[in-house]
Amino acid sequence: MRELALHILDLLQNSAEAGALRVELGVEEDPENDILRISVGDDGRGMDEATVRRVLDPFYTTRKTRHVGLGLPLLAAAARRCGGKVEIESAPGVGTKVSADFRRSNIDRAPLGDLPQTLAIFLAGHPGLRLVYRHRVGPRDLTFDSDEVSARLGAVGFDHPLVADWVKGYLSEGLLNLQKG
Amino acid sequence: MSHLKSLDELEKIRQRALQETRVRQSGQKTQVVVGMGTCGIAAGARETMAAILAELGKRNLTEVMVTQTGCIGLCDREPLVDVIKPGQAKVTYARVDAEKARMIVAQHIINDQVIGEWAIATR
Repeated sequence: MRELALHILDLLQNSAEAGALRVELGVEEDPENDILRISVGDDGRGMDEATVRRVLDPFYTTRKTRHVGLGLPLLAAAARRCGGKVEIESAPGVGTKVSADFRRSNIDRAPLGDLPQTLAIFLAGHPGLRLVYRHRVGPRDLTFDSDEVSARLGAVGFDHPLVADWVKGYLSEGLLNLQKG
Repeated sequence: MSHLKSLDELEKIRQRALQETRVRQSGQKTQVVVGMGTCGIAAGARETMAAILAELGKRNLTEVMVTQTGCIGLCDREPLVDVIKPGQAKVTYARVDAEKARMIVAQHIINDQVIGEWAIATR
């Protein structure tokens, strides 16, 4: 994947396919310790210990476990390539949390990419799902809660083109301010 | 700072969107499904979906529902896009980039003309 945002989209899709109603996305950029951490936690159906051990194996995947594809092995490879790692915590009936650490300055680290577009599209395709996104850069942070947006939109959904456009613009400005400080 | 996007703008969007809905006959919706599994994402499905939403927005077509699905096993043909019009067979398009996506909106969704050249399945 050319952008970390695409890995994030993949993780979010996993959560949605696991039946999650609430997904928390965290992006933490810690320039001081040279770490970039992505985490996606959900309240989906979760996996047992044996499954968790196997999801990083690309050859484990079969059609009947479509909610775990090649995505996690690709993410793990991307993290390993730049001195990081992937951790998965999961419990059946509780949910799953996937965290990926990257060396922020590593030359092989893919750029974060177009996260605003990614999230606008994810929300458009998953009505009824709540996404809470927190992004931290050093001491500053940004929080976006799709429920706050839904509360103001009433019957209008995230798949309305005007709303998708607003989400994209709102997050782009937020991220720009976050990176500028 | 008044040019900044804010949550308050959502009220305007809500009113505009609801007005549009009232104008329209609320019949059955056309459904568009974009393959968004790992394979789809890697092949550019995000751009495909963005192009579809943008094109629908530009043409003010809010009675079309755009959703996502996972891998259906045709990874080498991704991004895959299904168009399901009420009362018609489902048409699956293969290798849909942003440009093709815009054409599908114009020709199939609006003008009801299936683009046979790009369709891999109809049922």
